[in-house]
Amino acid sequence: MPDSLTRAVRWDTVVGALLVVLLLLSFGTVDGFGNALNLSFLLGNTLPIALIALPMTLLVVAGEIDLSVASTAGLSGAVMGKLWNDGMAIETIIPLCLLLGVVCGLVNGLLVTRLGLPSLAVTIGTLAAYRGIAQIVLGSNAVTDFPTQYLDFAAGRIGNSFVPQAFLPFLVLLAIAVVVLHATPFGRSLFAIGASEEAARFAGIRVRWHKLILFTMTGLMASLTGIFWALHYASARYDNATGLELSVVAAVLLGGIDFDGGKGTLGGAIAGVFLLGALQNVMSLLNVSAQSQIVVTGVLLVVSVLGPRVARQISVARAGRRAASAPTS
Amino acid sequence: MTHPSDTGPAPVLALEDISKSFGAVRALRDVSLELFPGEVHALAGENGAGKSTLIKTLAGVHRPDAGRVLLDGAPVVFHGPGDARDAGIAVIYQEPTLFPDLSIAENIFMGRQPRRALGRIDHKATHTATAALMKRLGVDLDPERPARGLSIADQQIVEIAKALSFEARVLIMDEPTAALTGSEVARLFGVVRTLRDQGSAVLFISHRLEEIFEICRRVTTLRDGALIASEPLDGMTEDDLVRRMVGRDLDELYPKQDVEPGEVALSVRRLTREGVFTDVSFDVRRGEIVCLAGLVGAGRTEVARAVFGIDRWDAGTVEVDGKGLTNGAPSTAMAAGLALVPEDRRAQGLVMEMSIERNIGLTGLRTTVKAGLMDRDAERSRSLDWAVKLHVKYARIADTVSTLSGGNQQKVVLAKWLATGPKVLIVDEPTRGIDVGTKAEVHRLLGELAAEGVAVLMISSDLPEVLGMADRVLVMHEGRLAAEIPRAEATEETVMAAATGRAAA
Ligand SMILES: Nc1ncnc2c1ncn2[C@@H]1O[C@H](COP(=O)(O)OP(=O)(O)OP(=O)(O)O)[C@@H](O)[C@H]1O
Ligand SMILES: [Mg+2]
Repeated sequence: MPDSLTRAVRWDTVVGALLVVLLLLSFGTVDGFGNALNLSFLLGNTLPIALIALPMTLLVVAGEIDLSVASTAGLSGAVMGKLWNDGMAIETIIPLCLLLGVVCGLVNGLLVTRLGLPSLAVTIGTLAAYRGIAQIVLGSNAVTDFPTQYLDFAAGRIGNSFVPQAFLPFLVLLAIAVVVLHATPFGRSLFAIGASEEAARFAGIRVRWHKLILFTMTGLMASLTGIFWALHYASARYDNATGLELSVVAAVLLGGIDFDGGKGTLGGAIAGVFLLGALQNVMSLLNVSAQSQIVVTGVLLVVSVLGPRVARQISVARAGRRAASAPTS
Repeated sequence: MTHPSDTGPAPVLALEDISKSFGAVRALRDVSLELFPGEVHALAGENGAGKSTLIKTLAGVHRPDAGRVLLDGAPVVFHGPGDARDAGIAVIYQEPTLFPDLSIAENIFMGRQPRRALGRIDHKATHTATAALMKRLGVDLDPERPARGLSIADQQIVEIAKALSFEARVLIMDEPTAALTGSEVARLFGVVRTLRDQGSAVLFISHRLEEIFEICRRVTTLRDGALIASEPLDGMTEDDLVRRMVGRDLDELYPKQDVEPGEVALSVRRLTREGVFTDVSFDVRRGEIVCLAGLVGAGRTEVARAVFGIDRWDAGTVEVDGKGLTNGAPSTAMAAGLALVPEDRRAQGLVMEMSIERNIGLTGLRTTVKAGLMDRDAERSRSLDWAVKLHVKYARIADTVSTLSGGNQQKVVLAKWLATGPKVLIVDEPTRGIDVGTKAEVHRLLGELAAEGVAVLMISSDLPEVLGMADRVLVMHEGRLAAEIPRAEATEETVMAAATGRAAA
């Protein structure tokens, strides 16, 4: 029996195919989709989701979640604005903000691993807390006068192309995340932890340590995203990136990362991110109302939780039929 | 009472030419079986022979591809365990299926609790009935305790109680004794005999042949999904039965090698975990096989868990090769050369949805690495090596372990830990659910490891296994070491006396 026949219908491949179909359709039929400006908007607007989706994928594979990421991003932007207003050098501010993200992630991680609280509850709490601190720090001010070379980098494109300059560092981070999740012992451990924490512990895997690292990395990436956001849109406000966590979680689940942990690929998650981003872009171009866009995102979320399960069942059924029709030896 | 004879009473339950395949695996081919009232009938066969599949097909968990099930001579189709139960058939599956958050009593009376006025559940009646069942089985389990955290043996007892809680005409038991010790087995058999004498039919699966000969009257043997024979046990010997199962003669079941013990490899001193075990001290030397015996609940598994670092200890020390281990850190225990094959393969030993290859690979995450990345070729060959060495029966090494039969899952757990090349190997019920052929193979392997200088600590509820393999027997009773018995003095009597607290320590 050829191996290709027995391979399952994989959800991440389905999502990748959907993305390609959507892009082809949009190029052909949606006015204004293909022009460089729109494409650069699409990529620039999707980049924050994509950046946070990297650690979020690892976290969900390990059976945890972090809903405080958008607040951490907002807090980092707010602190950056505040310190800049106070006259600190941007070269000092950025490392400080990244450190702040590490601390935010560490707090989540410690609450989850030391106190054994569910991450959903912990990070809903810190979602509110970090956003509150951001408001205390910056009030209702908006800081916009960051140094131009930074603003230019965050908003600029590579040469005459539509590709944002920030896309290159993202690709590097993506490559690192793919290797970590799919080719290192660390990543292998995450799959084991997500599928069965107890069995992972009995295999000598340091479950709590792995989770702590993940939450910390997530905090770091969230604050990096917050810095990028403030520079990209040339505006640091306490409410930057509000609600971004939902897009990230929706995109990751859409990409076939099982909410119960233990399953999925980073490729699928990133395909999910850009599928969601492209869809939102197309809907805006077609003047779909904001409310309807939210409905579509919601439907997608439900589909994304069901889809992988259905795909798995189809592949199981196909395997059964094949066996039934196979000649009896 | 009547006994079944060829012309005697009609079978209460019968299978006719049942076939069942999973993908390319033909788990059952044209198997027929008749169960008569008032008989205990054994179902025998190697791991993966199709015994559990037969039972699940009977109970409606699986739908047969061909063939029928007859109840009192009339064809029936059960759509699930509920249907079977309503027809008076109680099934104990190989893997316990309790709801972890419900109490023992709620688990036993799930969905059919005694009611009071207005349909309210009568908790008191449920409690009393459960306590009575526990008494009948001679175990001391609090009916209000949640199922979560029960040992495998206790879970099995609850499953048995569940099956006994209604007067079944047919009782089907898939390896109910696998985790039980002698006295619990004796109690269970007492209950089974009573049921039999009341006219119930019992179908019994066990890899412990002496149990089959003790309680069963006829035996049906399967090999690779096919029916080999259905015959009376009268006049058969264990060797005859083994030959039916494996198709050849068997090597010695307890191939004990004499090894001169070396240095102390594992040293446990005054280890205490409050409320669980107290002041446990012992050594295991290189080349030695030391068995930890005792009744279910004596604290054997708990000591093993603490030594390996799964649970923290409150006082005492654990040393491997003279170096102290960190409290509560399995990774350092592993790095020091300790390996633990845990008792619960599904929850602790395996990641059920991962492949055979990767499950075995989980203990090699530090070794099958090149430049920080997984060395997939090394991982595959390591996993293949050990899967083959332990005769795991599988279709492809990339299949998930959940598709394997119970015994083959157990072999994967063993493979996973033997692959680490441990200095000290702790095995908790290593042959639970393993067929005789492989059992002999596992014993031979443990013997070889000992001969190579590995220190082996074995927990087993299978007394013949303990007596056959141990250089020394440590007996635990109610959380304390009650006795240490050298091989020469270890007999069923001395071990059981210490285990039940009848002997002075
Ligand atoms: N759900 C499943 N999917 C695929 N294969 C299966 C499934 N269940 C059982 N099998 C296969 O069917 C065969 C028979 O398995 P079964 O569990 O009936 O064996 P068994 O006789 O009960 O063995 P054991 O003594 O180890 O419990 C095995 O080869 C097993 O791998
Ligand atoms: Mg079985």
